[in-house]
Amino acid sequence: MNWLEGYRSRELCEALMSEIRQLAAQPLRFMEVCGGHTMAIRKFGIPSLLPETISLLSGPGCPVCVTGRAFIDQAIYLSGLEETVVCTFGDLIRVRGTDASLEKARAEGKQIRIVFSSLDAVELAKKNPEKKIVFLGVGFETTAPGTAAAILKANREGVKNFSVLSAHKLMPPAMEGIISEGIPIDGYICPGHVSTITGTKMYHPIVENFGIGCVVSGFEPLDLLQSILMLVKQVVKRKPKVEIQYSRAVKPEGNPEAQKIMREVFEPADEWWRGLGVLSYSGLKPNRKYREFDTREVFELPDFREIEPNGCLCGEILKGLKTPHQCVLFGKACTPSNPVGACMVSSEGACQTWYTYEGKN
Amino acid sequence: MKEKTDRILLSHGSGGSLMHDLIRELFVRHFDNPILGKESDSALLQAGSSNIAFTTDSFVVDPIFFPGGDIGKLAVCGTINDLVAAGARPHCLSAGFILEEGFPMQALERIVESMAEVAKLAEVFIATGDTKVVEKGKCDKIFINTSGIGFFSQRDVPLLSKETIGPGDQLIITGFLGDHGMAVMAARNQLEHAISFQSDCAPLNILLEEILNVDSGIKFMRDPTRGGLATTLCEIASGSTFGIKIFEDQIPVRPSVKGLCDIFGFDPLYVANEGKMLIVAKKGREQNILEILKKNPLGKNAAIIGEVTRENKGWVTLVTSIGGTRIVNMLSGEQLPRIC
Amino acid sequence: MCLSIPAEVLAMQGDEAEVSVNGNRLKISLMVLKNVKPGDFVLIHSGFAIEIINRDEAEKTLEIARLMKADKI
Repeated sequence: MNWLEGYRSRELCEALMSEIRQLAAQPLRFMEVCGGHTMAIRKFGIPSLLPETISLLSGPGCPVCVTGRAFIDQAIYLSGLEETVVCTFGDLIRVRGTDASLEKARAEGKQIRIVFSSLDAVELAKKNPEKKIVFLGVGFETTAPGTAAAILKANREGVKNFSVLSAHKLMPPAMEGIISEGIPIDGYICPGHVSTITGTKMYHPIVENFGIGCVVSGFEPLDLLQSILMLVKQVVKRKPKVEIQYSRAVKPEGNPEAQKIMREVFEPADEWWRGLGVLSYSGLKPNRKYREFDTREVFELPDFREIEPNGCLCGEILKGLKTPHQCVLFGKACTPSNPVGACMVSSEGACQTWYTYEGKN
Repeated sequence: MKEKTDRILLSHGSGGSLMHDLIRELFVRHFDNPILGKESDSALLQAGSSNIAFTTDSFVVDPIFFPGGDIGKLAVCGTINDLVAAGARPHCLSAGFILEEGFPMQALERIVESMAEVAKLAEVFIATGDTKVVEKGKCDKIFINTSGIGFFSQRDVPLLSKETIGPGDQLIITGFLGDHGMAVMAARNQLEHAISFQSDCAPLNILLEEILNVDSGIKFMRDPTRGGLATTLCEIASGSTFGIKIFEDQIPVRPSVKGLCDIFGFDPLYVANEGKMLIVAKKGREQNILEILKKNPLGKNAAIIGEVTRENKGWVTLVTSIGGTRIVNMLSGEQLPRIC
Repeated sequence: MCLSIPAEVLAMQGDEAEVSVNGNRLKISLMVLKNVKPGDFVLIHSGFAIEIINRDEAEKTLEIARLMKADKI
């Protein structure tokens, strides 16, 4: 895949940067709402290359980070039940619930497995008919079609011992929530792979109602610099609009097949976001037709309460009001191996990315 | 505030910061003595008038057979390489086996044969051993511990030491990064037939002896095993009076290893190696060392990857492929496959 | 979020495909993507192909940057 290497070309990136430097005379604040962007921006050292006028803020774009503590508590509770195995993506394993993480629960002998795909969990269910397999459905629109596909497959093949504990979340409600509550921003760097599935229709209200430009970006350095340049140009021309920089992977209409599968299996639900609280219709759960695959319907789950930890600034950080260094817990009580707040949890969380790529001081 | 856990987690064994805390705050604190306190991979001891290097390592790799090696080969190479990193010439090893009841004799013989083969190749011998068998389920198939002794034969060659490192020194890695960790990861996920590379597991005394026999300008060496190159560099820089700067463009990683890392969401800088050495060389001597390394098949992909700096004391920084700069930190635990 | 990587489709069977990521061969699901052919590059995410990468668009994106660089000289 040598054709991908151009996207890391130093010369091409330098040309983009010099254009950005020329145009960005006024202070500009852009927010990336995708954890993958947060990580790529830090990993390639992009902030060290941008003019001082441009600041990049990290939004709530990491589904692991925004997953509530009660969800982890439920998963740990389920993993302790007889003949029950909880399957999760590796991302969730260190996220702390109210008291413990799945990693700690696993160390105590609870049945917790890391899987790469929702279909691995269906396979596990087929091979172990005596066990109940619970798949932890986390992720935005990029990941949700895979979970829906797993439910469809289990349904088609009559797999009765498979269910999904869903914390799937939708991006637009969070983006709008941030605009109404958070810091003023001059443009959104919109999530690439979420848009691969959804298309770009959902960004038009943001432009129309709030006058904030939206550029859907890829994840290579050239992609990100080009997207920043596109946003700078929109601001300079005072013409906010929806643009796709990542045109090799994103079509305006998105991926219709994935959308169809999601619509078939899921319905919107209110969801709790760490740092943001409950946002209405911001989540997905299996609909009536597929309720036998909804863990919450299959199991009797105790009521776990959501409590935000004391002193944690995650809410402010997710809204762009504060940076990780402004939190008293950052790098002290809250570290990647013992995260207190949402943003330190995943390798894509704003705090952990800062910790890893910029240092704790 | 230090992190406290009341149980051992897998992350305590991953070579990251949790393991370092455990070593410092439990083992070194209780076993308190000046030799252990140095926290080097090999202990340097005086025996009469000569110096000897002494080291030990345990091997619990799962699966026990992987592309390019097995737990036995790894156990011999790992201990040899720890001695080599100290600048010593490996002499002999011990081998302790913990076997699970029911373990196939055929598999055991395969492992022992592979240990014998690699020991012969590296010109070391297994001088003593131990065997224990535990009930089924009390251990996972087979665990091996090896200890090793090495000598410093050439008296005119200075001992390697972290204290001698200073600004201007050059960093050399003896080949591609991440082969071992990703080969094991592939085997663990039934992808061993899917990959086009194998573990780099190899004894490095053969590669490095020629250079160590003369005063080549090597100041310090360490084999970047668990936690990968990034962790090793952080260990060297941590608490020191210098910084370390590496260049992303110069770091050798096979495209196929990079591809598998992308699949799991891993960073090859943190992936284990079992046949690579990081060399800190005196400025001006690096090209000569590189040339010698490149003549040996084990070192043909060696590269100069960075330098020791006066700036950023105690930190490792990386200059990215597009010219940006960022910090390289130690990971707190094992890398986990991720989807986001 | 949403780690997705490009892979080349080598072969297909039903709603499964064998793909290559820099020479590493993987089995992935085609359940959420239609009209895939061998030889296509697809984006894969958590074991699913989620989109066919449009090579012409990929080239266009680079071309824009190349033109910008030419402008600067």
